[in-house]
Amino acid sequence: MSPRLRRRVFLAAAAVAGALLLWGLTGLPDYGVYVGPYGDVLNQVAVAERKATNVVASVTFDYRGVDTMGEEYILFAAVLGVAILLRAQRDEHEEPPDEDAADRRAPGTSNAVRVVGLALVGPVVLYGLYLVAHGHLTPGGGFQGGVVLATAALLVYLSGEYVTLRRVSPELVTDLAESTGAAGYVAIGLLGVAAGATFLTNVLPLGQPGALLSAGTIPLINMAIGLEVAGGFMLLISEFLEQTLVIRRPGEVT
Amino acid sequence: MDALPALPVAVPLLVAAALVGLAPVCPRRVADAIALAAAAGVTVLCLLLLARSFDAPVVYWFGDWTPREGIALGVAFAIDPVGAALATLAGVLATAALTFSWRIFEAVRTLHHGLMLVFLAGIVGFCLSGDLFNMFVFYELFSVAAYALAGYQTTDPGSVRGALNFALTNSVGAIFVLAGIALLYGRTGALNLAQLGQSLATGPADRLVVVAFLLLMVGFFVKAAVVPFHFWLADAYALAPTVVGVIFAGVVSELGLYAVARVYWTVFSAPLAGVEGLTGVLLVGAVATALLGGVMCVLQHHLARMLAYATVSHVGLTLAGFALLSPAGAAGAVLYLVTDGLVKGALFITVGIVDHHLRDIDERRLQGRGRHLLWAGALLVVGAFGLAGAPPFGTFLGKALMEEAALEAGHPWLIGLFVVVAALTSAALLRATGRVFLGLGPRQGPAPRGPDEAAVRHPHVHATQVAPAVLLLAAALAIGLAPGLTEAVQKAGDHFSDRPAYAAAVLEGAGEHGPAAPRPPPHLAGPALWALVSGLGGLGLALVALFPDRLPGDLRGRLARASGPAAAALRGLHAGQIGDSVTWLVVGMAGFGAMLALVTR
Amino acid sequence: MMGFLPYLVAAWLLLVGLYGVVTSRNLVHAITCLSVAQSSTYILLLSVGFERGGTAPIFLDVPVGTKAVDPVVGALTLTDVVVGATVSALLLALAVQAYKHHGTLDPERLKPERD
Repeated sequence: MSPRLRRRVFLAAAAVAGALLLWGLTGLPDYGVYVGPYGDVLNQVAVAERKATNVVASVTFDYRGVDTMGEEYILFAAVLGVAILLRAQRDEHEEPPDEDAADRRAPGTSNAVRVVGLALVGPVVLYGLYLVAHGHLTPGGGFQGGVVLATAALLVYLSGEYVTLRRVSPELVTDLAESTGAAGYVAIGLLGVAAGATFLTNVLPLGQPGALLSAGTIPLINMAIGLEVAGGFMLLISEFLEQTLVIRRPGEVT
Repeated sequence: MDALPALPVAVPLLVAAALVGLAPVCPRRVADAIALAAAAGVTVLCLLLLARSFDAPVVYWFGDWTPREGIALGVAFAIDPVGAALATLAGVLATAALTFSWRIFEAVRTLHHGLMLVFLAGIVGFCLSGDLFNMFVFYELFSVAAYALAGYQTTDPGSVRGALNFALTNSVGAIFVLAGIALLYGRTGALNLAQLGQSLATGPADRLVVVAFLLLMVGFFVKAAVVPFHFWLADAYALAPTVVGVIFAGVVSELGLYAVARVYWTVFSAPLAGVEGLTGVLLVGAVATALLGGVMCVLQHHLARMLAYATVSHVGLTLAGFALLSPAGAAGAVLYLVTDGLVKGALFITVGIVDHHLRDIDERRLQGRGRHLLWAGALLVVGAFGLAGAPPFGTFLGKALMEEAALEAGHPWLIGLFVVVAALTSAALLRATGRVFLGLGPRQGPAPRGPDEAAVRHPHVHATQVAPAVLLLAAALAIGLAPGLTEAVQKAGDHFSDRPAYAAAVLEGAGEHGPAAPRPPPHLAGPALWALVSGLGGLGLALVALFPDRLPGDLRGRLARASGPAAAALRGLHAGQIGDSVTWLVVGMAGFGAMLALVTR
Repeated sequence: MMGFLPYLVAAWLLLVGLYGVVTSRNLVHAITCLSVAQSSTYILLLSVGFERGGTAPIFLDVPVGTKAVDPVVGALTLTDVVVGATVSALLLALAVQAYKHHGTLDPERLKPERD
């Protein structure tokens, strides 16, 4: 279809589909009215049963832990796919940068950016670890903490120290981190089986609500996920950056 | 209760992670063997579950969260024969594909094994699940693995574009599914299929229920490639590596139909039971898909694309069986689906062998070059008969059951549809076989490249490439010949469509099913006659295509004039533009939605 | 009307996102529009679980029994966000590939080879 025809067809169809969608949505209870039993029941019982004060975390990692395992592997598969797609490309020949004048040096990163960026790396990593560790108590958890940890890598790149980054976290480390996190989740699930219950049963001691060491397997799962997400996102960042970066050591000219 | 239901999902996921983590130290052959063993293991586990699920559905609550007072707190697998059969089919196809690729694959590294196992685990989880959101998660899991697997032949620009179209269109479908889930959750506060069904059974089929069904149906129809949601399929399936195309064509499209049927029977069958025109709406999709797929199949010269469109048209036939909304129709559809998947897998493997050895996949360029691979041609002919539903293949029995269900439901014209579509798809395949392996037919299109140069390069065909195709076809035959098959399938169909029994089993742990209602065995004489008609029709069409000069001149001219512009228009429509696919998606949503709104008022 | 506004926003986001995908002339733009369409489901899910006057379902500082919003939709949305982000990453990698092969990111110009 020509682009104009396509737009017209789409607008006509979207009008009908949109009207139907809105018609169906009017059947929902008003915004602010919660009807169903699922959330209410869990809010009542989750803290007592799992000793985790963050009920969303207990839902994600315990009551509906299988969903999260699947979701973790979606991340795993997507990162794997990106790695396969982009790594093969690195065997191709590199094109020299064609936009620089032959005798000019590339501007380095400004000192202000470098200092602030590197100074922030430590606190960001600490914050990420905090989020992962406290996921069962306060908002946060493996996914959120893992992404924050990966952001630390991005800060290093922005500060102009990409070469250091690659030396510290080569392909091997990110791959290993990702697979260990992914396998770790399944292994924790099998713990339940080994203990005679069903897969992903929370079989570790539950402790007291509010304590750091509580809620059984939930903090462990958080850590596995944090590891996987951090590894996965760092892999994504480095794969995309490798596609276009011209890695010039300091002191080189073009 | 032991952990058998969880293992077919947990094991491949664990092995996949291990293979990726250990990739630097693991030699290629060892990784191949481990992946193959894992796939075979999944198949065996699913077979065990299939056997166990015949008497009563196997219900497995993860995390030991059993339901309280009819409210499901955790996620359950609710395994019945239909789900287990599909999971087994996926395992069989994955094992066959990995065996086929043992010698052939020039893979970059072992990362693709991890993806294949994750793909398999997603499909198995999807088939076994009894929770709507859990189904969605596994659906996205195998979809994401599929997008990556479809596009990773990085040197082929066509496959990248096909993968983009595939990923974008299917992601939009997934958005619709999630919107449907949100609607249902807002009304019922439940995500478990049985609980949703119980909750909706007491209420009316009001606009929310109808739109939720529409969203779920359309979202899953995108995966199933029902017309007009099918435009992404040909490029994605045909240009993906064979090892992946086998699983795509054999089971993935059918999973979309399974999802719609499962969701309908467990969640919507109570409120939508009185809707008179629902079968009609579904049949509109079925007929359009079957016919359009069949016609496009005949128009193809690229062997894998031909098989892709054959997949589309057979999805239409399977949907026709499900559309009857009866236990008998469901039984026939499931049997047809499973056996047809086996045959398509075998055909994809055979085409893959041809592609690998003759370095080409266009039937016109391959004309006559297959003479030393005659046994591959024989496999294709056998497969064509399997596709057409010739006895004693299992597809014949599946079609017979569907035809009988169509007669019972008052739609005898469906038999005509089955006959025509079977003739079309087998004609395309027979024509291609005749041209490639026997050199028949007028020379068309580009002249072949240097004679037999590829044959010199790869003279030897290994057993690991041929055996999977042969075994898959043999399995399709064996299922057709198995004693007691009809009763077992009809029983499975009854249980699949029995909502109250399903809900009782999942939410209360109620056990055995009652004895199945006795049913007379299906008459096979009628279906055998129809199968003969479609077989002859297919052969006839193939011969017309191969020997057009035997036709009287003016007939030939008229045919050419009538079909030429239509064929060109159809080809233009299916050009694979991303914007087009998504536009048609919305058009389909509007169309099906309007139809549903009309029949439910 | 206020009771329906979030659902209206969700429907609008979905349609606008799809419009962007259909009319896009740049793959990266199309993928971003897909994310917009996906965000409509986040809003829909979270709106469905909202309870007026309810606090977050975290009971560290408030006693159990305080009115709180639905934790389940929070978990569902979390899953949805991760899925959306990863699919976008994969699509972007495919777009990089497409650029390498065709030299363009324009979906109109990614012409298939047809027989």
